[in-house]
Amino acid sequence: MSTFVSDFKTRATEKAGDLRHRQVIRTALRGYEIVRDKRKAAFQSWESARQAAAETKWEAVNHLDKHLEALTAKLEARGTKVHWASTGEQAREIIAQILRDKKARCIIKSKSMTSEEIHLNHALEKEGFTVVESDLGEFIVQLRHEPPYHLVFPSMHLTRGEIKDLFQKELGDAPSDAPEELTMVARRVMRQKYITADVGFTGANFAIAETGMISITENEGNARLTAALPKTMVTLIGIEKVLPRFADLALFLPMLATAGAGQPMTCYNTMYSGPRQPGECDGPEEWHVVLLDNRRTELLADAEQRDALHCIRCGACLNVCPIFRNVGGHTYGTTYSGPVGAVITPHLRGLQEWKHLSNASSLCGACTEACPVKIDLHHHLLQNRRNASASEPAFFERLAYQIFGIVANEPAFWSLAKKLGWLTQPLQKAVKGSALDPARAWTKTRDLPAQPRESFKDWWRNRK
Amino acid sequence: MSERENILGRIREALKVNAPLPGWHGERSAEHLSAGDPAANARNLAARSGTASDWLPLVGASVAEQFELFAKNAADLKADFQLLASRDELKAALLKLRDAEKWRRVASHDGELSNFACKALGLPVLLTDRGYDVQEMEQCDAGITECDALIAQTGGVAVTSRSAGGRALSVLPPHHVVIARREQLVADLPAAFAFLQQKYTPDFPSMISFITGPSRTGDIERILVLGAHGPKKLTILCY
Repeated sequence: MSTFVSDFKTRATEKAGDLRHRQVIRTALRGYEIVRDKRKAAFQSWESARQAAAETKWEAVNHLDKHLEALTAKLEARGTKVHWASTGEQAREIIAQILRDKKARCIIKSKSMTSEEIHLNHALEKEGFTVVESDLGEFIVQLRHEPPYHLVFPSMHLTRGEIKDLFQKELGDAPSDAPEELTMVARRVMRQKYITADVGFTGANFAIAETGMISITENEGNARLTAALPKTMVTLIGIEKVLPRFADLALFLPMLATAGAGQPMTCYNTMYSGPRQPGECDGPEEWHVVLLDNRRTELLADAEQRDALHCIRCGACLNVCPIFRNVGGHTYGTTYSGPVGAVITPHLRGLQEWKHLSNASSLCGACTEACPVKIDLHHHLLQNRRNASASEPAFFERLAYQIFGIVANEPAFWSLAKKLGWLTQPLQKAVKGSALDPARAWTKTRDLPAQPRESFKDWWRNRK
Repeated sequence: MSERENILGRIREALKVNAPLPGWHGERSAEHLSAGDPAANARNLAARSGTASDWLPLVGASVAEQFELFAKNAADLKADFQLLASRDELKAALLKLRDAEKWRRVASHDGELSNFACKALGLPVLLTDRGYDVQEMEQCDAGITECDALIAQTGGVAVTSRSAGGRALSVLPPHHVVIARREQLVADLPAAFAFLQQKYTPDFPSMISFITGPSRTGDIERILVLGAHGPKKLTILCY
């Protein structure tokens, strides 16, 4: 058993029984559900918007080469330096080289899951750069030396009391546990950092091929400041984030806000089309955009699951997933957690090592229903299961199903099995859940339903 | 070969196989549509007749309705929106803000409306147009800017690095005051994007920002706090 599977099982068992954790997550998501439903209902047609968004993303991803070339040409025409990275390692090296060239020391960073994916902070800190996360939730988990808990809400697993203790310990400044005052502590810490940082680093939500723009969605204003004050700006973006037209944002921005946070629009939605232009009074002198593949092209090559690249990282599928809500974000051990993480991680990091995520699903389909771009999430989980067992069949599982197939296809065997089952029932009850029980994995925490004396088939045959 | 060519090569190779049409969960393949399957085409069109304006939240047709909607949305966002009858009222509103918050210095930029506002306030002004000291701007009590559009559908405004004094002015001072004209109101987001595209193509400002309410966060127990990193207050004065 690989360590990823056993780690997942250990953490999942622990978290699923952690009632405090469950309470914190439920409280955090209850408010989300109410406002999300309200915002969705405000749309004249949320369903048509979803279909249109799905088709726009389909158009973008299925002509990705064309759109990336257009995007790059437009960006470069206005003085932006575009870099291409096939792997996370290449992207880290490109970014580190920019920092070395600039003789930078301090980097202020706005939220970027793609930078989490390539473990950028760790690599830069190892080289001696100071990296400061400016998004409040990211700042909190950075102080705890933890990865973000959730795509959109990085610190949703923490209570205000825990955050107060953290600020007291790490910053020596925590007047009370009121969210308002704690937020102001972070604001004070960060203000001077925007002004003194050598490089501002951002992620991105969308890239616009038509006009050569990068669009960043946020609520706090930290990305705005990160892109305004430092002399050099670096943006890391996955190649799949491209949209064909400027006008597409008119639909995607409110949909992202609605699905992600139950907001009509997030507070700041900003499109950047270059470094400081002639006649402008501020903004970075240099802007570097790093386009990252990191095995996205492998997912692209799987036509059946290509639509997983439509993901806009809103986190809606995490919020509704019964598994995520019980085992929590850190249990997955992946950058992208929840249903979409379970679908794409096997493509990005290896099918056999991560196939267990596809089994950590009830296949209820809540994720597919919640997805604003209609990704077929729960079917993709099934396809991952199929692909995993086709590429590396489990001997005992296959044997068990072969025997079951023989028994189920032969009425004489089937009635024999029924009789044996009924006869051995008392024996099973006696050893239930113990080491002797062959069905232990199931019966440890559950009861097997009692098998009746007379089956439906017998009843049908004997009915008057 | 460069990484650019490597990546584009892998993309072109991958796209040799068609993906199923989106949103149908495998029920219809792309081949059906390209072969002109009328049932698939009809279903496809039925699902999305119209444009984004027909699916996004409803906006009334008249200007009065649109201002009413803007005011309601702005209030929901905890922005202060004042629809004023004249320049005199605009001046009075600015003086009221100045006195209530005890402003000592403001930051602004060159512009017909912003110049009027700064003159009305009678305070020392940091102008951003020909470069400015960031520490000085950080000390200002308010940033006063113009904007490109007010969007009724969201209760927000669109600003650019050209129309609103650069990138930092609308986000660094603790209070952002937008001065707008009534004609700048547009109905919805598609109209705002169309307007910006028409106004600026092919020479876009390097930053376009849709500001929808004052800066906020919910990162601590999902409880709303205003003024996370950007302005704690957003005032929109429209005359």
